[in-house]
Amino acid sequence: MAKPTTEISGQAGDALAGYGGKAAQEAGMPQLDFATYPNQIFWLLVTLVVIYFILNRLALPRIASVLAERQDTITGDLAMAEELKRKAAEAEEAYNRALAEARAEAQKVVAENKARIQAELDEAIARADAEIAARSAESEAKIAEIRKGAMDAVKEVATATAKEIVAAFGVKADGRTIGRAVSERLKG
Amino acid sequence: MAADAQPEALEFYPMKQFALEPLFGQGEIHWYTPTNATLWMGLAILTITLLLVVGTRRRAIVPSRTQSIGELAYGFVHKMVEDVAGKEGLKYFPYIMTLFMFIVTANFLGLIPMSFSVTSHIAVTVVMALMVFVSVTLIGFFKHGIGFLKLFWVSSAPAALRPVLAVIEVISYFVRPVSHSIRLAGNVMAGHAVIKVFATFGGIALITPLSLVGIVAIFAMDVLVAFIQAYVFTILTCVYLKDALHPAH
Repeated sequence: MAKPTTEISGQAGDALAGYGGKAAQEAGMPQLDFATYPNQIFWLLVTLVVIYFILNRLALPRIASVLAERQDTITGDLAMAEELKRKAAEAEEAYNRALAEARAEAQKVVAENKARIQAELDEAIARADAEIAARSAESEAKIAEIRKGAMDAVKEVATATAKEIVAAFGVKADGRTIGRAVSERLKG
Repeated sequence: MAADAQPEALEFYPMKQFALEPLFGQGEIHWYTPTNATLWMGLAILTITLLLVVGTRRRAIVPSRTQSIGELAYGFVHKMVEDVAGKEGLKYFPYIMTLFMFIVTANFLGLIPMSFSVTSHIAVTVVMALMVFVSVTLIGFFKHGIGFLKLFWVSSAPAALRPVLAVIEVISYFVRPVSHSIRLAGNVMAGHAVIKVFATFGGIALITPLSLVGIVAIFAMDVLVAFIQAYVFTILTCVYLKDALHPAH
């Protein structure tokens, strides 16, 4: 099968050689030179078998294991990252809770203080009111006393004046009667 | 065409880079002869070993750059198999990973100037495509027995259309390895050949700057193609595997 075809391609090469000058073989297609086929096929099969054994025995299992190992590592790292993220979320939650508690505590303290201050204030106001009341009562008493004093003075002066007036009229009136008359007059 | 116009100035050998040569001496190429294809396949093995075995030797949780690339490749193919073929498809992950690593490494090694692209050879891609095709077909029949043929019987189509569709499905099933292999080899070969053509045009002083720009642009595209075609080959393998595991439409 290969022989006659080789001859044909050889003839074609000779025919083409007329153009190119020197090379007969080069002018044709070496791909169609069937004489080289057994050689190429033999070496191709050897090559493919060698590559297959290198890949199947050495390269592919190794690469597969490396890839699997990397996948495991990545999965592990992702799980760890997930764990850390969860922890961070927990920490944040705890922080927020603490913050809220502190705020509540602060509000409580503020409220307490406000209440205490209010109480003290109320007490002080009450005390002040009481004092004011006491003082004003005292003042009123004094005023009353002064007023009474004034009344007595007026009575005394009126009695004396009346006595003098009566005396001026030349009537001798005893003091007791005049006093009684003045008091009655003052009452009316 | 340009070569015809100026045969004495420019000589185009865009395909010479794909020629197989014995590594030692100038003999005939027997099936066992170490050739440049052998060398670059060996370098692919070396690169894959450096990337996936030496690069991951420290088994670091935080990976080094090399280990990252290795893990990226692993994850990329693993996810592709799982997404396309489902959990049951993961049993075949090492085989698909082997194909992907070989193709992507060979594609990128082929981008090194003066290197040899093993994936530009139909012999290489056809063998891989046939391996996929045969394995997937056997898996289909082992898993589902004759029920695997339901793959060709589009039960959601109108009954009258089904036999026609079955013929089309069978044809497309058998065309799979062809498109699967030629897509990869064709893309790699075309990119490299175009770079060579641009480079040859660089021999004309006036065109040299343009040629350089062209080479850079095509090279950038080839870097994309090197990855995309490895991806396409692998994802198609996964799709075929899915058909074998779940043949019913």
